[in-house]
Amino acid sequence: MRHPQRIRWQALLANLYSSGVTALPIVGLLAFLIGVVLAYQGGMQLRTYGANIFIVDLVGITLLRELAPLLTAIIVAGRSGSAYAAQIGTMQITEEIDALRTLGIAPLELLVLPKLFALIITLPLLCAYADVMSVMGSMLVAKLSLGVSSYEFLDRFPQAVPITHYLIGISKAPVFAAIIALVGCYQGLQVRGGADSVGEQVTISVVRAIFLVIIVDAIFSIVFSLLKI
Amino acid sequence: MQPIIKVSNLVTRFGKLTIHDNLQLEIAPGEIIAIIGGSGSGKSTLLREMILLEKPAAGSIEILGQEILTLSDSQALWLRKVCGVMFQNGALFSSLTVAENIALPLREHTKLSTDFIQEIVALKLALVGLSVEVGAKYPSQISGGMNKRVAVARALALDPQILFLDEPTAGLDPISAAALDELILQLRQLLGLTIVIITHDLDTLWKVTDRVAVLADRKLIAAEPLNTLVNFDHPWLQEYFHGERGRNTLTE
Repeated sequence: MRHPQRIRWQALLANLYSSGVTALPIVGLLAFLIGVVLAYQGGMQLRTYGANIFIVDLVGITLLRELAPLLTAIIVAGRSGSAYAAQIGTMQITEEIDALRTLGIAPLELLVLPKLFALIITLPLLCAYADVMSVMGSMLVAKLSLGVSSYEFLDRFPQAVPITHYLIGISKAPVFAAIIALVGCYQGLQVRGGADSVGEQVTISVVRAIFLVIIVDAIFSIVFSLLKI
Repeated sequence: MQPIIKVSNLVTRFGKLTIHDNLQLEIAPGEIIAIIGGSGSGKSTLLREMILLEKPAAGSIEILGQEILTLSDSQALWLRKVCGVMFQNGALFSSLTVAENIALPLREHTKLSTDFIQEIVALKLALVGLSVEVGAKYPSQISGGMNKRVAVARALALDPQILFLDEPTAGLDPISAAALDELILQLRQLLGLTIVIITHDLDTLWKVTDRVAVLADRKLIAAEPLNTLVNFDHPWLQEYFHGERGRNTLTE
């Protein structure tokens, strides 16, 4: 622990904290609100048919399988992906990346890998947290405007929402994490020149990461439907 | 004497633009040599090629008799330990303290105990004329001159034989610049380093260099002591030394 690896562990822990722990409030709040909105809009339709209790099926499947992972990935791309690009890009300009190389330390090893691993660990956890928060948001609306009590809601949840949906949602998270981290770091390393370039590459990193996340999400949907899960 | 750095037939191109065309340069051990040239003459590029940050299109660069352009990544580590580099603005890692900056290469490449590394850090700080207390500060909390000194200390952490300095006195006030020139001379005297400097500072050229290599017209047009260069017949050099700013240092 004392020698070379120590720095990597430090870097990994620091990244776990900055990309994971500090993202909890925003991810939690936004997931909760998305849960509220989805339950409210979906509930309006269901109420017309008197099918209030099916709100559980609706929000459970949509949130756990699709919305929570996607929402989390988009927030993290905006928060952490951009931070990676900006940090590495600035280090590129101040010649810190060059300095690392001349000290015989591979920037990939010290800067990129800890971010990649940290995000692969934190994104599924954030995603699970978003699952919980968004379902709580839905549960609140179900109670207030659809007359579905929390007891009924939770009672129906395991029957209505097979665990597969949850697992599929979570399993996409590490892939999204890899995309976000690699795109962010790559764009950071592409910075040349001055501050303008940092801004440009940060923008590209966020846009491209979100774009790729949505594309990959679509591919996942196709693959899962072909596999019939 | 066998040169410590030998650049031969070096060709560098950026796209269609040729920066170096068959450039030759030999640097003797223990020498302090400055590389000068107009903007875009490729002096920084030459430096970056000597420390393996950029690859030339053709030619060879030998350091301590070893061809460096064909080194594998693991062999390149040897070169990293032989060469210390100070970048123009120090390039200290802003998230690490001064002491951690200097300790980083030691922690990375040696198996020394933490206590011993602390001692080496204190030694390197003393070597560049800084007190141990500076070690606890972050790069943003110290002055530009101190920043450069710390960068030199970090470059010296692994006891290199060659020290590359990119614009060591740029952005410093005259007193700090003079003190840094003094430091460069001291380091050579104490450690027997070979020092390669990229600079525009005429005072530095007069005070510390044994020879000055001049890049112009995509070649090395001269590598001579400054006294000889002053009378060298080349339009750029004439302008350099006999323009208004150059004349002032000549008369001193």
